[in-house]
Amino acid sequence: MTNPISPSVDPSTDRSIDLAVRDAVGQVVASLTRWCGDLDVAEESVADAVEAAVVEWRRTGLPDRPGAWIHTVARRRALDRLRRSSRFAERMPLLAASPSEPKPLDGGDDRLPLLFACCHPALAPESQLALTLRAVIGLTTRQIARALLSTESAVTRRITRAKHKIVANAIPLAVPGPDDRAERLEQVLTVVYLAFNEGYVGTEGAAGHDRVLAEDALWLARLVAAQLPDEPEAIGLAALLTLLHARVRARWDGDRIVLLEHQDRSRWDHAAIADGIELVQRAGALGRPGRLQLQAAIAAVHCEAVSVDATDWSQIVVLYDLLRRHDDSPVVRLNRAVALAHVAGPEVALRDVDVLRAELEEYHLFHAVRAHLLRGLERHDDARVADAEALARTANDAERRLLTERLA
Amino acid sequence: MKYVMLFTGVADEALWQTLPPEEMERIMGEIGAWWEEHAASGAIVGGDRLQGGSTATTFRMQDGVLQTIDGPFIEAKEEVGGFGILEVPDLDAALAIARTWPALQVQGESIEVRPAYEM
Repeated sequence: MTNPISPSVDPSTDRSIDLAVRDAVGQVVASLTRWCGDLDVAEESVADAVEAAVVEWRRTGLPDRPGAWIHTVARRRALDRLRRSSRFAERMPLLAASPSEPKPLDGGDDRLPLLFACCHPALAPESQLALTLRAVIGLTTRQIARALLSTESAVTRRITRAKHKIVANAIPLAVPGPDDRAERLEQVLTVVYLAFNEGYVGTEGAAGHDRVLAEDALWLARLVAAQLPDEPEAIGLAALLTLLHARVRARWDGDRIVLLEHQDRSRWDHAAIADGIELVQRAGALGRPGRLQLQAAIAAVHCEAVSVDATDWSQIVVLYDLLRRHDDSPVVRLNRAVALAHVAGPEVALRDVDVLRAELEEYHLFHAVRAHLLRGLERHDDARVADAEALARTANDAERRLLTERLA
Repeated sequence: MKYVMLFTGVADEALWQTLPPEEMERIMGEIGAWWEEHAASGAIVGGDRLQGGSTATTFRMQDGVLQTIDGPFIEAKEEVGGFGILEVPDLDAALAIARTWPALQVQGESIEVRPAYEM
């Protein structure tokens, strides 16, 4: 095998190839699945085509219509695969009768039905995420394994199993009707959010964060929101991820995490913040609040403040109370306590945190929040113990570095 | 597409026995109506309720010897209590029916949906 990565390649070329692949993959997978009736064959063929595309385009530059290029190559690979399959004779008339051209690659989006199929509740949550990253976003199995802290063979097994389940069960590539739209959309949005978090928090030990995956998830969230303009939670997720991503530049100092309170707010992307706030308002105007919209609203309050002290913390506490009506999880209550500390002081907040111990004992941020509040109460020895508890419960290098420095 | 629904529940129906009689009667009535409705629409094309696992006879090939077992193929807390065959366009249609199986109001009851090979 020759190494396809030539050292002379301009990184901006690689970036534009990534974007072209991302734009095309979901469309082509959906289009070929409709054509041959087999998501597995379609998806494998597109993965082959993408691999070929990257090698070719690094040499020759991007073609005029990258999507059409991938479609043509993938369709040829699919035909090869189908010829080897025992069911080819049975499928042949079907294939001949189908149009050979993909649907137009701009708008009229076929990626949404594909996304709903990949996030079908009949699939295990971790399979939904892995398959979405591969079939809709076009990540390689290797990239997915890195993002999900897994091995390539485990990811391959998961994706293969999920695709077989979709094919064997005739899971439709369709956006569900109004009856179960809400529940299914919730699942889709959760997967996209998860993808963003994998990219944002960066569970990979050494690199700290993986900006590309977060951007891909943001892109997908905005695609979903654009396709479902009447779904406030879809818009809410796009808003939330836009706002979180707007702070990403200030969140890292090399491979170190910079906490919100220490971030240089001039490094935030203020155009993106304005954009995110506009999305929060657009979702709110639909008059159906939900957990993602409320999380976005909380992020918006942070983004609008010029400093930690100038933050409207009582507004944030109110928003957390509203959020608890939709999601009364211990993590939400933990975050509310952090905001409450700014309004009512660390002692009151610590009381609220301590009742969560049974549920959050194994969650490192529970201990980190306790340490923070204990330090506010000048209980420095207790704070050190809590920091050590937090350190023992995270594998993330950047978070470990932060906690180790505190303990030093 | 053809799917098979496997109705399973806690063996010996212990939990059913704890229900008040009128509650049990109501659910049984709903099961009858559910079955009729989906058979009439053409979605359910076959199936039956099965007698208890203790009435089963099982053959098993073990080390080249065909064993006859008096009982179900697996001794378990749960057992298959019936099956239904669905003929519907896709999994969403199958799941929409399966999730409304009235026995699911009873703790421990479950329903498994599996696609059949199309011969």
